[in-house]
Amino acid sequence: MPNEPAPVPLHTRRTRFDPADELRRLSDGGPVTRVSLAPGAGDRPLWLVTGYHEVRQVLGDQVRFSTSRFGARSAAGGRAAQRPDEGIGLLMDYDPPEHTRLRKMLTPEFTVRRMRRLQPRIEAIITECLDAVERAGHPADLVELFASAVPGPVLCELIGVPRDDRDDFLRRCHAHLETGKERSERAAAGTAFTRYLAALVARQRKNPDEGFLGMLVRDHGDEFTDKELRGICILLMLAGLDNISGMLGLGALALLENPGQLALVRDDPAALDRGIEELLRYLSVPHAPTPRTAVEDMTLGGKRIRAGDTLVCSIPLANRDPALIDEPDRLDITREPVPHVAFGHGIHHCLGAALARMEMRIAYGELLRRFPGLRLAIPAEDVEFRVRSTAYGVERLPVTW
Amino acid sequence: MEIRVDRERCAGSSLCLSYLPEVFDQSDDDGKVLLRTPVPGADMEEAVRGVAARCPTGAITLHARDAQDA
Ligand code: HEM
Ligand code: HEM
Ligand code: SF4
Repeated sequence: MPNEPAPVPLHTRRTRFDPADELRRLSDGGPVTRVSLAPGAGDRPLWLVTGYHEVRQVLGDQVRFSTSRFGARSAAGGRAAQRPDEGIGLLMDYDPPEHTRLRKMLTPEFTVRRMRRLQPRIEAIITECLDAVERAGHPADLVELFASAVPGPVLCELIGVPRDDRDDFLRRCHAHLETGKERSERAAAGTAFTRYLAALVARQRKNPDEGFLGMLVRDHGDEFTDKELRGICILLMLAGLDNISGMLGLGALALLENPGQLALVRDDPAALDRGIEELLRYLSVPHAPTPRTAVEDMTLGGKRIRAGDTLVCSIPLANRDPALIDEPDRLDITREPVPHVAFGHGIHHCLGAALARMEMRIAYGELLRRFPGLRLAIPAEDVEFRVRSTAYGVERLPVTW
Repeated sequence: MEIRVDRERCAGSSLCLSYLPEVFDQSDDDGKVLLRTPVPGADMEEAVRGVAARCPTGAITLHARDAQDA
């Protein structure tokens, strides 16, 4: 008998661009709600944080909230004390002072100036993808050829995966994130790209180049272990794929459904920058950042939280809270940017934000410039949304022009 | 208005300098914020307030310079 697919966890449910009604109803009872996100999700109390201010409070307080599943502070949560090999280097899963140590060495590699050095390569990758859209003709699937095709090569460019290795390597990264696949297949894909990255790290140790890994090895070679470097590469690859593909696919759809706003961002780079911030807020593609564990007893949003309880922060609900913005459910790319939490908040704020912003600016800009007559090739109601992944998106987006 | 930045807190998100490159910069050594213009002109104040509110670590604070300047 085929396995029944597991139900979609409550905090990831959406209706087109909006948080699903059942998710919104939860927040009617206040900014913090005791929930069960999915059957069998464990027996410790789980809280969904849906208020904008409360989400900022949790993400901004690394002292009272831990992201680590390992180490002393998490022992309160009854979790493993020993970090397994495959968890080494995964930044989201570290608390200070270890997080501070790793992040401090990485931050200089992700400055706006550093990312600008990648700009010509990113432009070339995006042009190649749009060439493929053009060749595919009418209709072309904008998800397969553009939204999902852009982020992988960009990340390979960042960490220095040579061209010849990219197809194989990216196939494995995508396979690992594909929730429809068998567990064993996903694990095998994970093991394969991990081994590949370990070899890449070893090569850079011997002969560091001018890229990201080479610079890290040169500047901080003694302070990183090989496993940490490998883990950081894994994290960058996996953290930068679904979020970007989600933003590019959903964002294109949102703009196509709002032709007035599309015209504004197409014709004015400053409007595009503002528009990207509003799309980040409105689309909120990551459902939630790393779950936090309360380190001590406290009251939050009127609820008693105990040490060891888990808190999941809802990015879509926080970004649609009237406490953040008037008329939160309206997409309006002419708004002044607000402090949305699409990239998180606090010490784990997205390390790739500068890269992500640049990548989206080039990608949306080139797409709209090159295909000024872009339109959906199927009725809007028929668009299928990508629900089972770490970031929301669309499955397919057939377009013509 | 006088801007102060707490480089200990800064997470190097690049947000401030992406939006106000006239006012904020970023160190090539540690990726953290640098101030170009500690005392912005009156025409910039509103934009600076917006960016300070958006800083993910609360590293940007705004201070009155003297009695007439809130
Ligand atoms: C639009 C695209 C993106 C969105 C919406 C996004 C969102 C986020 C969010 C919400 C977090 C916080 C996680 C937490 O608090 O637990 C985060 C962290 C992170 N992101 Fe992104 N991200 C994007 C693109 C990228 C890219 C392209 C990269 C890689 C180059 C990247 C690398 C990271 C890393 C390494 C962290 C962990 C930082 C830390 O724990 O200190 N992200 N991102
Ligand atoms: C050494 C590296 C890794 C290995 C060997 C590994 C292995 C696995 C395995 C065995 C699964 C279970 C598949 C399933 O239950 O269906 C899994 C799921 C998953 N992994 Fe990894 N993983 C690695 C790194 C990562 C990283 C760094 C991320 C993201 C930043 C990630 C994201 C995911 C996600 C989103 C799932 C799906 C969870 C779910 O289906 O509920 N993995 N991984
Ligand atoms: S916005 Fe805040 S965290 Fe980001 S670079 Fe500026 S000061 Fe640092």
